[in-house]
Amino acid sequence: MLDRSYYEKADEIISEHGKGKESLIPIMQDIQAQYRYIPPELLQYVAKCIGVTEAKAYSVATFYENFSFDSKGKYVIKVCDGTACHVRKGTLILERLKAELGLSDGKNTTDDMLFTVETVSCLGACGLAPVMTVNDVVHPAMTPEKVSETIKKIREDEA
Amino acid sequence: MEYMTIDGIKVPIEDEKNILSLIRKAGIDIPTFCYHSDLSIYGACRMCMVEDERGRMFASCSEQPRPGMVIHTNTKKLQQYRKLIIELLLSSHCRDCTTCTKNGMCELQSLAYRVGVHSVRFENKKEELPIDMTSNCIVRDPNKCILCGDCVRTCSENQGIGAIDFAHRGSKMQITPAFGKNLCDTDCVGCGQCAVVCPTAAISIRTNVTEVWDAIEDPTKRVVAQIAPAVRIAVGDKFGLPKGENAMGKLVKALRIMGFDEVYDTNFGADLTVMEESREFAKRLESGENLPLFTSCCPGWVKFCENKYPEFRGNISTCRSPMSMFSPVIKEYFAKADKEEGRETYVVAIMPCTAKKAEILRPDNHTGGRQDTDIVITTQEIIRMIRQVGIKFENLESEACDMPFSMASGGASIFGITGGVTEAVLRYLSPEKDHTALENIKYSGVRGKAGFKEASVTLGERTIKIAVVHGLKNASDLIENIKAGKASYDFVEVMACRRGCILGGGQPVPMGPTTRTARMDGIYQVDQLSSIRYTDENPLIDRIWEDIIKGREHELLHRNMG
Repeated sequence: MLDRSYYEKADEIISEHGKGKESLIPIMQDIQAQYRYIPPELLQYVAKCIGVTEAKAYSVATFYENFSFDSKGKYVIKVCDGTACHVRKGTLILERLKAELGLSDGKNTTDDMLFTVETVSCLGACGLAPVMTVNDVVHPAMTPEKVSETIKKIREDEA
Repeated sequence: MEYMTIDGIKVPIEDEKNILSLIRKAGIDIPTFCYHSDLSIYGACRMCMVEDERGRMFASCSEQPRPGMVIHTNTKKLQQYRKLIIELLLSSHCRDCTTCTKNGMCELQSLAYRVGVHSVRFENKKEELPIDMTSNCIVRDPNKCILCGDCVRTCSENQGIGAIDFAHRGSKMQITPAFGKNLCDTDCVGCGQCAVVCPTAAISIRTNVTEVWDAIEDPTKRVVAQIAPAVRIAVGDKFGLPKGENAMGKLVKALRIMGFDEVYDTNFGADLTVMEESREFAKRLESGENLPLFTSCCPGWVKFCENKYPEFRGNISTCRSPMSMFSPVIKEYFAKADKEEGRETYVVAIMPCTAKKAEILRPDNHTGGRQDTDIVITTQEIIRMIRQVGIKFENLESEACDMPFSMASGGASIFGITGGVTEAVLRYLSPEKDHTALENIKYSGVRGKAGFKEASVTLGERTIKIAVVHGLKNASDLIENIKAGKASYDFVEVMACRRGCILGGGQPVPMGPTTRTARMDGIYQVDQLSSIRYTDENPLIDRIWEDIIKGREHELLHRNMG
C-alpha cells in the first residue's frame, strides 16, 4: 500500500490538469517528475478519478518509453546510444557504468537506490558525443575514466 | 443516383459510410480482420486494401465512397500485398492449427488458404507468453493474437468495460489487462463478446466438454440436460440448416443419442422466472421500494452492475435466472429417486452464454450448500460434441423433451432476445389474455434492435415506465441517466450481449447481419407457434408449485442474498 501522501499529491496534480481523459499524459508526467517513476497503484487511482479504464491508462503508459513503473535511484544516468555517440564508443561508457555500479541487463538500479542507468536513443547533443546525463545535467565527451570519476564524486557527496 | 465502379461493376452509392460496404454490396467478399460494422473503424489489418486507377492503394474500410471513383479489389499488386501481410502475421503466430480450438473456424487460417500462403519464410522469434486460464468463461492465449484490436473495441465500445487493451509497443505489443494482470482480477464479466469477434483463438471460450462426457460415462450420475431458449435457433447453423431455424427437436434427439438421461427445456425455467419476477415487481410497485426493478436473468449484467454500480445492487431482482431456478427444481424432483437408486442428478445446462459458466459457481446459486447447475456448456460446445459422436444432425428426426418439464409458454421462449423478458412479464401482468392484448404488448416498444428502448404500459390504474437495453455500454448510459435524475423507470431489462442471448458469447460464429436478423425472426417464430403464449396459462406451473416448490420459493427460486 502506498502512503496517503501519494494520493494527496495525485489529487493535487489531477485538480491542476482537470478530470478529462485528455489529462492522462500530463498527470502521468507530473507524477513521474515528482517520484521519478509512476507507482502502479497511483496510476490505477488516477485512471479511476479521470474516468479512463485501468487497461487504457496502462496502454498509454507502456506505449511511451519515458514512463516507468519501476522505482528509480536518486541519480538517473542516461547514456546516449544514438548514432554519433555509438560511433564514438558510447558503448564503453555504458559498460564502465555497469561495472562500477554492479548492474546488468535487466538490473538497472543499484540496491542502495542511489543510481539508475538507462540508455536513450539520442539526447540531441551529437556534437558533444559521447554524452550522458546525470539527473538531466549533461556530461559531454565522456571517457570511461571520466565515468569512474563522476560516480566516485557522487558517492563522496552522498557519504 | 450516383455510382462508383468496383472491379468493372457499377455500384450505386446509397448511405454507405465506407467503400468496404459498397464492395460487399457488389457481392465481393473482401477479406478483413479488424472490420466489424458495429465497432469503430480501426484500419489496422490492411486486408481490405484496394487500388484505384492511378495505382494508389488505400484501405477501403476507412475511405468514403465518391461518385465516379474506379477501384479494383484484386489486382496482382493487391494479391501480393495481402499474401505478405498474412505471411508476416503467421511468422509470429503460434501455428498449432491441428490441435487449436479454432481449427476449421479460424479466420487467419481460412484467409491464409484463400490468399494462397503456402509457406512462411520468416522465423518466429516471438517470446512465448503464458496462457491466461484464470477466468471461468474465457481463455486468453496471447501467442495467437494478431493485434486486430476487435476484442479491445468490443469490450470498451459495446460493453463499456475495457478490461483489456493494447500494451507496450512495436514488436513487444500485446493485448492484456492492465499491468499484465489475470482476467479474473479485472472487471471482465465473462460475456464472451471478445471471443465472438476474435478471428483466431487468442480469445476463446473455456470448454467443459470433457466434464460432460465424464458424467455421461458415470453410472452413478443421472445426467439431465436443460436447453436455453436461444440455443435452438442457432445450433443448426453449423449443420447446414437455414439460419434461425428452430432445431430443438433435433437437438433433443441428438442429446438422447449421446446418452443424456433426461432432456428438458429451460423455457420451463423461464416460466418460473416470469411468475416470481412478476410477483416481485408487483410487490415493489406496491411498496415503492427498490424501483426500478432490474432484471437478473443475465449474469454478465448482474456482475457488471455489482462491479460498477454497487449502489444499485438492491434494485436487481432477487430472482435467479431461468437456468438457476430450473436446476434446483429438477434436483428436488429427482431427490427421492436418486436416494432409492443410489444415483446423483447432474444438471448440464446448454446455454448461448459464456458468463453462465461463472454464474453457477456463485454462492447465491447454491441450494443447501450444493451447486445447483453442475456444468454449463455453450451452443458451440454442444455442436462440437455432436460432431465428436458423428451424428448427422441435419437428418435427425425431431423429438420432444421429457415430462414433466416440457411445456413452456411462448413468453418464455423469447427470453433469448432483447425485450423478451419484459414482454413475458407484461403478458403475465396483463389482466386481459387475448390476442389484442398480445398485439398491444408486441407493439408497446419493447421489441426491435435499438440499443435503448422505452415503453409505457398501463396496468390497471398505473402507468408503468419501462426501459429495455442491451449491450452493457447502453446499460451504463442508462444508469448514469437515472443517477443524474434525467430519467426514472419502474422496470429495467438489461442484457449484456447486443440483441440478447441470440448473439451470446457462446453462440456459433460468424454472426453477421443476415444471421442476426434470422435469429431474431427465428425466436419470435417459436413464440408465434406456441399454443400457450402466457406463462399463467402453462398448466404445469401450478402442479410444480404444489408438488415440488411447496412454499420454498426463497430457497429454490431466489438468490440467497446471505
